[in-house]
Amino acid sequence: MTPDALRAEGITKRFGPLTALAGVSMHVAPGEILGILGDNGAGKSTLMKILTGFQPQTTGTLYVHGQEVALSSVDHARSLGIECVYQDLALVNGLSVFHNMFLNREIMRSFPPGMLNNGAMRRRAREVLADIGVSIPSVDLEVERLSGGQRQAVAVARAVSTKARILLLDEPLAAMGARESALIIDLILRLKAKGDLSIIMIMHNYAQTLEIADRVMLMQHGTVTYERKSSETSVAELMEIVRREYRARHAA
Amino acid sequence: MNSGVAARPSRLGAAIDRFLRWREASIVLVAVLLIVYFQSANENFLSEANLSTLSQFIAASAIIACGEVMLLICGEIDLSVGQVFALAPFLMHFGTDAGMPIVVALLLSLVACGVIGLINGAITVMLKVPSFVTTLGTLYLLNGFTLTISHGSPVETGGSEAFADIMGAASYAEIIWAFGIVGIMHGVLRQTRWGLHTIAAGGNLTGAAEAGIHVARIKIGNFVLTSVLGGFTGILEAFRISSTDPLAGGQTIMFLAVAAGVIGGTPLAGGSGTIIGGLVGAIVLGVLKDGLSLQGVNAFAFDMVLGAAILIAMISNIHLRKLRRGAAR
Repeated sequence: MTPDALRAEGITKRFGPLTALAGVSMHVAPGEILGILGDNGAGKSTLMKILTGFQPQTTGTLYVHGQEVALSSVDHARSLGIECVYQDLALVNGLSVFHNMFLNREIMRSFPPGMLNNGAMRRRAREVLADIGVSIPSVDLEVERLSGGQRQAVAVARAVSTKARILLLDEPLAAMGARESALIIDLILRLKAKGDLSIIMIMHNYAQTLEIADRVMLMQHGTVTYERKSSETSVAELMEIVRREYRARHAA
Repeated sequence: MNSGVAARPSRLGAAIDRFLRWREASIVLVAVLLIVYFQSANENFLSEANLSTLSQFIAASAIIACGEVMLLICGEIDLSVGQVFALAPFLMHFGTDAGMPIVVALLLSLVACGVIGLINGAITVMLKVPSFVTTLGTLYLLNGFTLTISHGSPVETGGSEAFADIMGAASYAEIIWAFGIVGIMHGVLRQTRWGLHTIAAGGNLTGAAEAGIHVARIKIGNFVLTSVLGGFTGILEAFRISSTDPLAGGQTIMFLAVAAGVIGGTPLAGGSGTIIGGLVGAIVLGVLKDGLSLQGVNAFAFDMVLGAAILIAMISNIHLRKLRRGAAR
């Protein structure tokens, strides 16, 4: 059996007296989409930061493709094929789409030395975007002129244009209208169809999560309280769990 | 939006759209209008003799603007460059006094200017002091230092006549240097990784760092560049007027250079900007100064006109930018 692309066991994270994660175990298989749901403060973002190597866990173990790893930095995680698209997108608004896609991975001319090969980057950017089915009016457009959905698509395209094996998406549908959301949902499903890319998404909307993800995981107060295949649960069931927990907490 | 470029029926409309989308459009228009106005008011404006004077007004601020524009793009500013301008020819003077060949003294002086830039950059980036404050401090430090080592009095600039001619004394030498440096810096900004990363560092510092760009190196490098360009310009001017003056340059040349960059379309907020715009901004300022003095407007009134010009240029830039965005959709 092939090992999980990413596996976490008993992850805890404490910030002084505050426990953000109280023992989280999770895994994602090659080619699988995992949706993580939960209210603000449930520990989703903290988990994400640990998985991207941005900050270390207090205790617990991570495995990438079956190998135990201690992620020392974002660069380290990236070298293992873990790419993350943050909510703030990390795009540079004043630069063109193709410059953003190749930021710090620029294609250079062999002569004269030190010069950008803008032509090659343009072509390659068009190829990558076409390959994952993203349509942008022109790769020469500055990113600030794109819609939120198009920007998200460019950020995703940049992440997968490297040899990413595990893609982390931090609320990829936040603040998007129906059409924009559809664009990104299609993109995520196309990426999945291409094969062995594993995707972990932090999400807010239950219905959208069940539509895209193979499996959903509900986080509450730093622990995983529920986990099912999307086909074996429903929005109603997820809502009920959250409601029950809320009542229990406020009755006490 | 449906009112895309292609939807516009007339050829004139398309041409206007293209012009509006050209970054430096508004300022080029201003420059042309000013030149037409001053030429029609006084036919000597574009005469050989006046063009030479005009080029001197433009050259120094255009070269320094190259450095300031790079700094503004990556979100910083250098207020001390005018004092580096005054110090550099003195360092060269002391070098030749100590028996160095003038070329060696000149190069060592530029290295010293680079070290000043390095200090400006290191204090700003490593010690996290805003560059406005860092370079305000070094401005006074350098000013006092230059006055002290020069005892406050000018000296004659050395070197053979031929060397002096190349380094700024010949009629158009300084403006030729200016055009050459502007050309190179335009290429650096638009065609090299350094330029791209400078824009990225100013446009989205966190994002650039997340992409693995060494933003500290980029910023410090641009401080070094600005100081070296400031020192080099000070040396050119010292050769041009054959006098090395501790009070040369100063805040006046620094603010002219920053104004040239800003009028040319480089916002103080960083993340975008143009070297060519900085040159055109310097041309506008030079044309204003020269044109107004040809018309007999006195030096006091000049500052009022300069202030008004900066305001008008910025207001039109911001609003043309909105139009440009509309045209691109």
